Amino acid sequence: MGVHRTFAEINAKIKAGKVVVVTAEELVSLVEEKGVKQAAQEVDVVTTGTFSPMCSSGAFFNFGHSVPRIKFFRVWLNDVPAYAGLAAVDAFLGATAVREGDPLNTDPPGEFRYGGGHVIEDLVARRPVKLKAVGYGTDCYPRREIETVITLDDINEAFLFNPRNAYQNYACAVNTGDRTLYTYMGVLKPRLGNAHYATSGQLSPLLKDPFFRTIGIGTRIFLGGGIGYVVNHGTQHFPSIPDLPPGAVRIPSGGTLAVMGDLKQMSPRWLRGTSMLGYGVSLSVGIGVAIPILDEEVCYYASRPDRELYAPIVDYAEAYPQRRSENLGWVSYAELRSGKITINGKEVPTASLSSYARAREICQILKEWIQEGKFLLTEPVAPLPGPEAGIVPKTLDIRGVKGGRG
Amino acid sequence: MPPSKVVLRFPAAIADKPIIYRLVKDYDLMINILKANINPHKEGMMVLEVTGEKVEDGLDYLRRQGVAVQPLTEEIIRNEERCTHCGACTAICPTGALYFERPSMLVRFDGEACVVCQLCVRACPMKAMEVRF
Repeated sequence: MGVHRTFAEINAKIKAGKVVVVTAEELVSLVEEKGVKQAAQEVDVVTTGTFSPMCSSGAFFNFGHSVPRIKFFRVWLNDVPAYAGLAAVDAFLGATAVREGDPLNTDPPGEFRYGGGHVIEDLVARRPVKLKAVGYGTDCYPRREIETVITLDDINEAFLFNPRNAYQNYACAVNTGDRTLYTYMGVLKPRLGNAHYATSGQLSPLLKDPFFRTIGIGTRIFLGGGIGYVVNHGTQHFPSIPDLPPGAVRIPSGGTLAVMGDLKQMSPRWLRGTSMLGYGVSLSVGIGVAIPILDEEVCYYASRPDRELYAPIVDYAEAYPQRRSENLGWVSYAELRSGKITINGKEVPTASLSSYARAREICQILKEWIQEGKFLLTEPVAPLPGPEAGIVPKTLDIRGVKGGRG
Repeated sequence: MPPSKVVLRFPAAIADKPIIYRLVKDYDLMINILKANINPHKEGMMVLEVTGEKVEDGLDYLRRQGVAVQPLTEEIIRNEERCTHCGACTAICPTGALYFERPSMLVRFDGEACVVCQLCVRACPMKAMEVRF
């Protein structure tokens, strides 16, 4: 009989200052040294982390009411349009929204220097932000326009709400074509000039709890430097188990998280406006998840090293834009992190879009929060769908409008 | 003598003169032009690597011709506050001046190896690489 722990037991140890917490990297070493059984007995919690551009991010705001009142019809923050189709002074700002007047890709590749992600960074950095809105005037909301300056502390609520973050695994992007590509995976040089990957591998939250045994709806997390929560599975959550190469641990690949948290607790170190040349703007988000070592199975998966975690190599010249599901093979995160991989007999330099150094720092911060008793673990209110749910991607097909009100 | 890298600025009046040629002919310098352009005002800019015994004499000659000479080391700077050490620049940099230090996985910038091609300036998602003129 191996070890069994409950969330309540672990939380009691946290409160008593007796919890044993290690980072994912430390658990990998510990298991290599002592084995899963022994490590599972010694360790209560393992911390994971990732820091990467996550486009499906944004924030909800309530700005408070002016005199006379206005109901926003259109609203901009530092000239970046936000969505105003909510109650009078509520709005949602998306991370990839681009500033009005941005030249976009008219002279490609566009630089996309400022957008929604940068506004969010400016707000958490406590920099003043220009708020502009127009209304159409109603009896209850007579004002038709407003232009003022706000800071994060001046407004009622601001919460980050990211519909898809913390991708379980992600493609290693390459370019087999003859011209440089400017993508959300960075600048891809022609003829397999480089390969870009985007998860923190052995530190990455959903690769460490791949069957969602401990992470679910309600899980408390490190989000942007503050406290956040998993509120649902993320959009495009397709946690099927791919056809992996020998040597890879058999785990799902496509899980995602929808997360939210109070923006006022967050910091610009962990929420960073991001510009992808020729692609657009985004937000780099720091996320950390603490995984309770409930039993040996949780410990086994949480301790899988980079050499057992594999990413598919995807060609962004043709396969990706044309939605072909083929890949050019698989490569382990150990190879990716070594700085070079071999594709079709060619040595290709690798680089990352996700900061391993920052992911490591998140693991360490979360570990300290738990050791200091500042962060308790939460049992999921409901589980996330796993591979057994058989979710498959739906496609968007081009067809004429029949029926409906379009 | 190790090579020195310099940034040269040519006023419009002399941009069409054969000046660099003199560095080779009269000062016996080995030159390597890393980058050059002429702007719409006909002013020239060149990043030059020079090696030889008489580098200082050669640079003095350039100054006498009205060329502004600056050492290159100040040209590309990394904003440490903005860099998140993601590494998106490392496979783009043609000279390996930007690279991952292992096992820390911190991105290091070796100004000596930088040829100011500025690919990193545009490719950096955090806009952490800056050109200082």
